[in-house]
Amino acid sequence: MFRYYLKLGLFSIRKNPVLSSLMVAAIAVGIGACMTILNIDYVMSGNPIPHRSDVLYHVQVDSWDPNDPYEDPDLPPEQVTYLDGHALWQAQAARRQVLSYKSSRVVQPAGDDERPFAALTRSTTSDFFAMFDTPFLYGGGWDASADNNEDYVVVIGREVNERVFGGRDSVGETIVLNNQPYRVMGVMDAWEPLPKFYDVNNGPFEEVEELFIPFSVSIANEMGSAGNTSCWKPAEGGWEGRLASECIWMQLWVELHGEREKEAYLAFLDGYAESQKAAGRFPRPVNNRLNNVTEWMDDREVVAEDVNVLLGIAVLFLIVCLLNTIGLLLAKVARRTGDISLRRALGASRRAVFAQYIVEAGMIGAAGGVLGIGMTWLGLQGIRGLYGELDFIARLVAMDWPIIFMAVGLAIVAALAAALYPTWRACRVHPASQLKAL
Amino acid sequence: MEFGPIWRALQRNKTSYVLIALQIAVTMAIMVNAINIIQERSEQMARPSGVDEANIFYLTSNIFDPEADVEAQIASDLDAMRNFPGVVDAIASNSVPLSGSGWSEGIRLEPDPNLESTGIGVFFADDHGINTFGLNLVAGRNFDPAEITWHDYESDTWPPLAIMTRAMVEELWPDEPYENAVGKTVFVHRTKPVQIIGVTERMQAAWNSWSGVERSMLVPEWRGSSFSRYVIRTEPGRRDEVMPQLEEMLAARFDNRIVRSVRTMEETRERSYLLDSSMVSILTFIVIVLTAITGLGIVGLASFSVARRTKQIGTRRALGATRPAILRYFMLENFLISTVGVVGGAIIAVGLNMWMVEAFGLQRIAWYLIPGAMLTLWFVGQVAVLGPARRATTVPPALATRSV
Repeated sequence: MFRYYLKLGLFSIRKNPVLSSLMVAAIAVGIGACMTILNIDYVMSGNPIPHRSDVLYHVQVDSWDPNDPYEDPDLPPEQVTYLDGHALWQAQAARRQVLSYKSSRVVQPAGDDERPFAALTRSTTSDFFAMFDTPFLYGGGWDASADNNEDYVVVIGREVNERVFGGRDSVGETIVLNNQPYRVMGVMDAWEPLPKFYDVNNGPFEEVEELFIPFSVSIANEMGSAGNTSCWKPAEGGWEGRLASECIWMQLWVELHGEREKEAYLAFLDGYAESQKAAGRFPRPVNNRLNNVTEWMDDREVVAEDVNVLLGIAVLFLIVCLLNTIGLLLAKVARRTGDISLRRALGASRRAVFAQYIVEAGMIGAAGGVLGIGMTWLGLQGIRGLYGELDFIARLVAMDWPIIFMAVGLAIVAALAAALYPTWRACRVHPASQLKAL
Repeated sequence: MEFGPIWRALQRNKTSYVLIALQIAVTMAIMVNAINIIQERSEQMARPSGVDEANIFYLTSNIFDPEADVEAQIASDLDAMRNFPGVVDAIASNSVPLSGSGWSEGIRLEPDPNLESTGIGVFFADDHGINTFGLNLVAGRNFDPAEITWHDYESDTWPPLAIMTRAMVEELWPDEPYENAVGKTVFVHRTKPVQIIGVTERMQAAWNSWSGVERSMLVPEWRGSSFSRYVIRTEPGRRDEVMPQLEEMLAARFDNRIVRSVRTMEETRERSYLLDSSMVSILTFIVIVLTAITGLGIVGLASFSVARRTKQIGTRRALGATRPAILRYFMLENFLISTVGVVGGAIIAVGLNMWMVEAFGLQRIAWYLIPGAMLTLWFVGQVAVLGPARRATTVPPALATRSV
């Protein structure tokens, strides 16, 4: 019977080509608009490190101005000072901890024809690679002894390896950064955490850095931050003054397993805050926070507000398209009451009539869904065209399979939902009621 | 008129018409709110930055040699740039308006850290700053070459002079004419005095979405670090020609640095407002497509309604109704449906706006958007129904006498 209904449906669709294509097009456009925005929202709110997101915690301690909270309502600063970051890192009170900041270096390739180029750099401690489970093409990170000995070692990104070493396994070789030689420990493979959770202060969709250098080496070389720095009290002069200042410019993450470890670490942070109060710092009430990856992303409102506004509008848009489809299907049924009552009079049950029309609506929905995938693709291309100048946009508009299936599914469900009332009306037609008019 | 009979006929097939009215209502709600956002963004984008945008570009000079004499290198670069053919003037600064990254400080009227401070964007510049940015000095004077200091990295001094924007001094002293600000002293870094020696008409800070974007100041200082931003103003129309030449010239001057991030002020404005301008494009597109879909929906529904009533139309014609009377019937019917739709739409639109004001801090809708959208949708409805209604007028009166 199902195949027969398919045939009947096709016949009916072909009988009203303009109207049917209007319904398909309306569904496709609505699905396309909705899916385009949903896709961007999905990528923006994605979990960048799903297998570890509940053991990685972002650390905040309130070292801010006694007169003003860092952020309303009474939130601690989103980064840490060198004083706090370094002391907490050195205490090693969690399973693992990583302290890092964003900076910049100039890479000077060997050979005279290659020009030096600037590369974004993360100055970080050794646990970075294991904690964040970074992929490696060759070699790996450095160990804790390199942090303590201020060893000139580096992990380079794939592109830098391509540019300086022609893509070969460069582990053990030397690369010159700001006139200083560093030994390559590893080459990182392509890694694109979206959002870039470990440092959302400098653009949550920015690319991962191309160079990773021991934190201690960068501090010894007086390499300042290339990211956001905020101070509530002006820093004294010079590098020592900067390190001793109340300016925040670093990110501290710790790895903790389970509630008990979290409680213990929070207690440790409270103790630390009290000790700082005793030393004359931390003028505000003790206010320490631990947020895991997903909590921290929500807290920072990584999903742009514009996307939320657009999502609301896109959903309303889809509703308009569905109303349109319901109206047209109803009109179609109203026109075919004659056919229906004839079928009923010849013995078709209500269920059979219902099945026939729901199959027809499903076909329209499926066609709208397939076309909707195309519309989504077009929509994403359009967005990419509009925002093309922002590098991260290309990373947000990649279409992925779950979205495609969701588009088709949503279209069919939407069309069926839209068809439900008209179909119900269709099977309520009394047998023979319309026959007289025929 | 025929409102009565049309209204009663509508009741007989309510659902379809309720649906189309609902569709018109939601369309109108989206239309009004989308246009509201478009207006808000367009107004923001229209604000002038106060600098000579068409002829300014800037670049970053990154000295990576720790042993370099940064002060001498900057002085020599500035000299070379100012004498370069096609260049009007150049300075070493930290940022440019709208670039998104910059320096801000808090200004207080008294040296008391417990007082509220007023945020201000900081641009370091020498006596060429006003000419390079193309600012309009409306009171006071420019810096004197002797007043420019070289900031030593080891010290924590702050220059005692500043030229502020009119918006800033009006924020500090709302009840006084801006000219009076010249000569007054305010405090930065809690206790360090700064005397205002001049007022510029306008210069936006680095962040376009900051509520204090119109507040900025020029500070007479060169700050030495491994990163310097050079701002260059060219003769009108020569920017694109000078840009690559100047970059090449600078790159060749010293081996121990790289020149990068060469960008025009126009590009900076575009990038700064990219999210806003894209939002405007997306919303415009949505409004157009949505109106088209609703229009097509009306066409579809009206065609059905005409097809279904062919016999009745024939009967009416046989009983003496003229073609214009048939046309008027369908036009009026659509007008009634649209009216229900746009009245509902006005209510939904205001409700949606109230929610958006609450949730996203958007502005309220301007009053005229509601009647504007009503008129538009009435018009779209009438145009959409015209085709099917005209077809209805071609039904021959003789049809009534046939059985099908």
